[in-house]
Amino acid sequence: MTVEIKTLDFEPKRHTFGHVARRIGGDKPATRYQEATLDAQATENFHYKPLYEPQFWHYDTAKTKVVMDDWYKPLDPRQYYYATYNIARANMNQAVERNFTFVEDKNLLGKVSEDLKQKLIIGLIPVRHIHWGSNMNTSEMCQRGYGTAFTAPCMFSAGDHLGMAQIVSRIGLELDGQTGIGLDKAKDAWMNDNAWQGIRKLVENTLVQRDFFELFVAQVFAINGIILDAIYNGMDDAWGDASLPISMLTEFMNDWQKEEARWSHSTIKIVAAESPENKALVSAWSNDWINRAEDALRIYTTAIAGDENIAKTYADKMRTTAKSLGLEI
Amino acid sequence: MAVKKMGLKQKYAHLTRGLDWETTYEKMDDVFPYDKFEGIKITDWSKWEDPFRLTMDSYWKFQAEKERKLYAVIDAFAQNNGQTNISDARYVNVLKLFLTGISPEEYQAHRGFAFTGRHLRGVGPRVACQQQSLDELRHFQTQCHTISHFNKFFNGLSEFRTMHDRVFYLSVPKSFFDDARTSGPFEFMVAIGFAFEYVLTNLLFVPFMSGAAYNGDMSTVTFGFSAQSDESRHMTLGIEVIKFLLEQHPDNLPIVQEWVDKWFWRGFRLLGLVSMMMDYMLPKKVMSWKEAWEIYFVEAGGTLFKDLERYGLKMPKYHEQATEACEHISHQLWGLLYQLSHVAGLHAWMPSDEDMDWLSEKYPNTFDKYYRPRFELWKQQEAEGKRFYFNGLLQLCHTCQLPMTFTEPDDPTTTCFRESEYEGQHFHFCSDGCKDIFDREPEKYISSWLPIQQIFQGNCGGPTVPDVLKWYMFGPNDGAEYVGSEDHKLWESWKNTTTKEAAE
Amino acid sequence: MAQIASITLYQNDEARPVMEAILQDNPTARVLNMPGAVKIDVDDELVINRATVEEKLGSEWDCQQIHMVLISMAGNLDEDDDRITLSWKH
Repeated sequence: MTVEIKTLDFEPKRHTFGHVARRIGGDKPATRYQEATLDAQATENFHYKPLYEPQFWHYDTAKTKVVMDDWYKPLDPRQYYYATYNIARANMNQAVERNFTFVEDKNLLGKVSEDLKQKLIIGLIPVRHIHWGSNMNTSEMCQRGYGTAFTAPCMFSAGDHLGMAQIVSRIGLELDGQTGIGLDKAKDAWMNDNAWQGIRKLVENTLVQRDFFELFVAQVFAINGIILDAIYNGMDDAWGDASLPISMLTEFMNDWQKEEARWSHSTIKIVAAESPENKALVSAWSNDWINRAEDALRIYTTAIAGDENIAKTYADKMRTTAKSLGLEI
Repeated sequence: MAVKKMGLKQKYAHLTRGLDWETTYEKMDDVFPYDKFEGIKITDWSKWEDPFRLTMDSYWKFQAEKERKLYAVIDAFAQNNGQTNISDARYVNVLKLFLTGISPEEYQAHRGFAFTGRHLRGVGPRVACQQQSLDELRHFQTQCHTISHFNKFFNGLSEFRTMHDRVFYLSVPKSFFDDARTSGPFEFMVAIGFAFEYVLTNLLFVPFMSGAAYNGDMSTVTFGFSAQSDESRHMTLGIEVIKFLLEQHPDNLPIVQEWVDKWFWRGFRLLGLVSMMMDYMLPKKVMSWKEAWEIYFVEAGGTLFKDLERYGLKMPKYHEQATEACEHISHQLWGLLYQLSHVAGLHAWMPSDEDMDWLSEKYPNTFDKYYRPRFELWKQQEAEGKRFYFNGLLQLCHTCQLPMTFTEPDDPTTTCFRESEYEGQHFHFCSDGCKDIFDREPEKYISSWLPIQQIFQGNCGGPTVPDVLKWYMFGPNDGAEYVGSEDHKLWESWKNTTTKEAAE
Repeated sequence: MAQIASITLYQNDEARPVMEAILQDNPTARVLNMPGAVKIDVDDELVINRATVEEKLGSEWDCQQIHMVLISMAGNLDEDDDRITLSWKH
């Protein structure tokens, strides 16, 4: 049986869903990002108040002090929906695997001195706990936030931080001969070594932050933008002979940082630009969290790298970025 | 030299366990403020067993591969106008019910598992919840993308998101998930992780997706089965949760039993919508609702609860009533939808003679005795040009929000009504199960957004039926009888052309 | 009455070696074919051995690849590098 398709009437009645059409300026073909994201979250006629927090609905714009006329203004420039997100990460992870194989084959970490190995275990591996705290924060922003344009990328970030925590853990296992002893030492350092206490306190302070957009600002500027950026990029001298393999094994983090900032910085810019009130709030939060991160980082870099200036360099870099996003810093 | 590769269990333990820590600069109860009020006692989170040990790198790899395959099918389906290869355009009504009623709940599950993925204290369950949160977002998004192609040609799909927040019968699934989302984190895990995902989800996905396959909808069958592969992970999370809660402390048993009873009944009522899909809406039928219930609840659920007996957990309350009701619910609900389809966003129709015979065969105890006569009368009225629609007032059950249409457990000729009084007000229910649920938490349920009451209170676009339907965002051709509808005419035009071409 | 351990797989080429391995290693297995899916039931315990799947497949197979062909299952799951077990035994 042959069917001449051209003789059939395949003229579409409409090109996309109604709620998508109303947002993209009429009925026309929409992207998969748009259909997957726009107005996905329910907005009205909720049935019950949360037992754990009856002052709000489970989706409630009042869970942050910033006010948006429309939480679908801050869209993701990467246009991630689940498929494109996972495919992007799977591709990035292929490079991770190649790098681990290369470092293992050439024994690049095995060759470094025992002292340096111990220094990395104490100085670098505790970062897995920063990623875990960040994973908690980004999950919180997803569950607590408003509107899929904002909340879906937060959950992607949660997956990213878990993935990065696991990459750091693998580096730890490379350093401790695959025993896990290094991971225990690193956790002990995280809990008890003076070097880490500023950063740990900062992370714990974010864990009790219930305003989802203040939490977002703290995570993006203080933790991602200053602490993680400085640890992954500012410590080459401290890691000495190991700095090359360490930068190879943390390539994912650097690629991620640049990519994620395209979304998170754009979101902060759009939310701050909404109103003078938003701008004042976001600016105040930014100043506060950048200052706190600078203080926390100084304790760390002084102890691990013997360098008090790294913290200011990275904090100032963040302040410049924040200004470029329209904030009063 | 390379060190010996670590085993899966050991590797997962190193890469995941130990990531958390006991906070000292902030109180743990401030970091986790929501996991104590329900009364669940956890003495040792490290006893949590991770069933599937997926690190994020493996997660990304497998999920990316699944997505590449799925989107290749979705693209090919659109390019080849796969919508013309389905068994019959009546089938599309299954997708309408799915997209308006189920897909938005996948989204709710996504946000709900983000909540438990953040607020349970143990690392193991949290990681599993987070992956499930991502998966549920996947399901919502792949469903939108798959059904998007049908939306280009068929009515009743375009306004699914708004319809979900407003339409009277869609408050059944919405109130179900709102109920779970507004419960504490442990109840959410029992409600969605265990009762829904483990005990009931097979009833939704496996027969329904086989139905899609049998009816020529290759894109839906692909997203369905692809989603179901995530579902297996979710099921293991659900069963681990139950075992973990029951092993942690004996005081948890009565709490968990109450939740299991509640969510079984709520899930059973919700799945009534699926029973209609299987028995009436699939033009080519895979198995009856009753058969699916036998396989997936009576047999599989029976095995499961037998296994859980060692913890003292009993079969959910009213499970016998549910099994008995499976002889009736699909016929009762389809009869209801048939009468109400002029105020619904999808079509209904009377089964063909062959379909009636199939129903007689599958439901020998009930169909011919209670339902065939009514359906044949309606068919006769159709033939006389007097298609029957119900124009009276509906009364909804205050808990499940379905119209009062179910019958007494021991008398299929009498509609079941139950009533409770709370703070001087009267509340009405469709069953003992729904009444019990209300009576246990009346202060929660009195706030239900009941669609019919809301119409009377003037919150739904206006006082007249057309006002309300406009507010529901129904298109002029979305509802009422299938025969003669726009969908029907479009389908006939495709089929006639195809037949003509084939004949030439 | 025996408790049924069960797995449901895709009805496709990728799943076929897994299904064949299950049937070989679980002689009492019962098969229910459905459109697009196949359900395999075994009393009490169902085992998938990596080695058997690899033999059917003719190449390496990682137990976690089960995620690519899995639709549903029943029984308590245990997974390690060499086998996947679904069981009601304690």
